[in-house]
Amino acid sequence: MQSNKSKLKTVLMQGNEAIARGALAAGLDFFAGYPITPSTEIAEICSVELPKFGGKFLQMEDEIASISAIIGASLAGAKTMTATSGPGYSLMTEGIGFAKMTETPCVVVNVMRGGPSTGLPTKPSQADIMQAKWGNHGDAPAIVLYPNSVSESYELSIRAMNLAEKYRTCVVLLSDEVLGHMREPIELPNLANVKIVKRITPTKPPEWYQHYPDNPKYPMPKASFGEGYRFHVTGLSHDSKGFPTNRADETAVLMSRLRNKILHHIDDIVQLESFQMEDAKVAIFAAGITSRAAKEAVMIARKNGVKVGMLRPLTIWPFPDAAVRKLLEDQETIIIPELNEGQLSREIKRVMGCSWNSESKTCKYIVQLNKTNGQLITPEEIFNLIKEVI
Amino acid sequence: MSKETFKWEIRLSGSGGQGLITAGIILARAAVLDKLLVTQTQSYGPESRGGYSRADVIISNKEFYYPEAVNFDVLLSLTQDACEAYAKNLKDSGILIADTTNVKNIVPMNAKIYELPLTEIAMEKLGTILPTNILSLAFLVKITGVVSESSLKKAVSDSLKPQFKNLNLKAIKIGFELANRYKK
Repeated sequence: MQSNKSKLKTVLMQGNEAIARGALAAGLDFFAGYPITPSTEIAEICSVELPKFGGKFLQMEDEIASISAIIGASLAGAKTMTATSGPGYSLMTEGIGFAKMTETPCVVVNVMRGGPSTGLPTKPSQADIMQAKWGNHGDAPAIVLYPNSVSESYELSIRAMNLAEKYRTCVVLLSDEVLGHMREPIELPNLANVKIVKRITPTKPPEWYQHYPDNPKYPMPKASFGEGYRFHVTGLSHDSKGFPTNRADETAVLMSRLRNKILHHIDDIVQLESFQMEDAKVAIFAAGITSRAAKEAVMIARKNGVKVGMLRPLTIWPFPDAAVRKLLEDQETIIIPELNEGQLSREIKRVMGCSWNSESKTCKYIVQLNKTNGQLITPEEIFNLIKEVI
Repeated sequence: MSKETFKWEIRLSGSGGQGLITAGIILARAAVLDKLLVTQTQSYGPESRGGYSRADVIISNKEFYYPEAVNFDVLLSLTQDACEAYAKNLKDSGILIADTTNVKNIVPMNAKIYELPLTEIAMEKLGTILPTNILSLAFLVKITGVVSESSLKKAVSDSLKPQFKNLNLKAIKIGFELANRYKK
C-alpha cells in the first residue's frame, strides 16, 4: 500500500483519460494516431497535454502511418504511444512486428469494440486477445496488459510504458469500450512517486556500441539517432549492429533474444489477481471488464453458500501458465466468461491439458460463457451458470 | 454518515442529444464530492443526436464491482421508447421519473411513479429545453437524497462552461422546487 502522502486528490476520471494521463506520467513525449471509437479520447487528451511541455502530437492519415510514426520517434529518442481499436489495430500489426523485430520501444493501446471488421463501434468486446499475441507475422512473443478499472488503466499505462523501455519491445495495452468510457473515482499519485523506467543510453564509445547486444542486460540500453552512435535499423534479420544477415548463427541469436527476453522474465512481467480463491471450489477466470461481473458473481455466490473465487490476469501475454495451473488445478469447476467466442478459455484448456472442445472427462469441468452481441456478461448470468454446473 | 450500507442503481434514459450522459457525469462528480464510491457508464449508438442513449450511475458507500445498472432503484425516462425498454428492470421498491412531454403510456408497476412534463417546464421557465437534463437530475436528487444538494450544485458549476452555468443553476433550483411539491 502506498502512503497517503503519495496520493494527491480523488477525481472522477474516464478510463481512456486514465490511460493518457498514465502514459504522460510515465514520460510520454510523442503520440501519433488516427481517431477511432472507442479510443479517440486518448488521442484528444494527448493532443491537448503533450504540447504543454514540448511533447509532440501528430494526427496521421491512417493507422499504418501512426505506428510507423511512433516507431520512428522512438528511434529518435522519444517515449511513444498510439491508441486505436480493432479495425485500426489490424492495420498496425505490420508495424508492431517491425517494432518487435527492431527492438524499438513503443506502446499500442487497443480499446476493444465489437467485430469483426467495423462491427459495433460503441459496444465492448474482448475479441482481440488472440490478435494481440498473434497479430504480427513471424514468431515473436508479446507483452499484453489488460486492466479492469479506471485506476488500474492509469497504473497499467505506466507499466506498459516501463515494460516497453525495459525490454525494448512494443507493448500492447488492451482496454474495452465500457472500461474506456467508464468513469470512476481515481486517486492520482504524486508524480514524484511514480516509478519510471528511463531510457538508458549507452556509455560505451560509439565504435564499440552494439544496438543489438548478444548478451543484453535489462533494462536494455538504446542509443538514439543523432547521438553519434552508428547502427542500422531493418526488419530483415540482422546482426549486432543491425545490418542484414542471412547467417543461420546470427539469426538464431536474434530470434532467441526476442523470445528469451520475454520468457526468461516472465515473473517480472506477469501480474495476476487472486480473489477469494483460498477456499474456492469453483473458480471464475476472467479479464478486463468481464472480471467486474465475475467479482460481483463471487459475492452473490458466497451469499448463497457457494464457495467461488476469481482469478484474473492483468498480464494476458505472456500467458501465466505456471501460476494459473497452480491456482486452478484443485478446482472442481472453472468458469471462463468472456466477450468473444472462447479465446481465454482456449488458453486455460491448453494450460490444464485439455484439447480444444475435448470430450474427455477431466476437461468437462471447464465451462465457457461467451457473449458477442455487444452487451456485457452480467453477474447474474455467471451466477446462474454456477448454479447449473455445480 | 450512518454506517448502514446503501447502493443506488440509477439509469438516466432517453435519446441522444438530451444530455443524459452529461447528467450522469455530473451526478457521479457530486458523488465523488460526497466521498462516495461511484461508477458511471453509458450506452449509445453511433449517432450524435437521435437514437437511444442511456447513462448508468451506481452510487454506494460500500465497494461494488459490476459497473452497469441491472435492477434500478431509480429510472429517469425522457422518452417513451426508453421508458418502455427499461421499466421492466425497475425494482418494485424503485422510483420512476417520467417526462410526460414525451412519455405518454406507462405500464402498470409497483414502483413509485413521478409523472411531470420536464421538457415543457424547462421550455416554459427557462425559455429553452437544453437544461432539461439538469432540471430532471435536480428533481431526482431532491426526491432521493442520493447525493447532497450542495455537491450537485458544485458538480454542475465545475462541469459546465461558464456561459451555461447560470442557466443550469436556475434549472437546479426549479428541479428542487418541483420536488418540494411532492414532499410531505
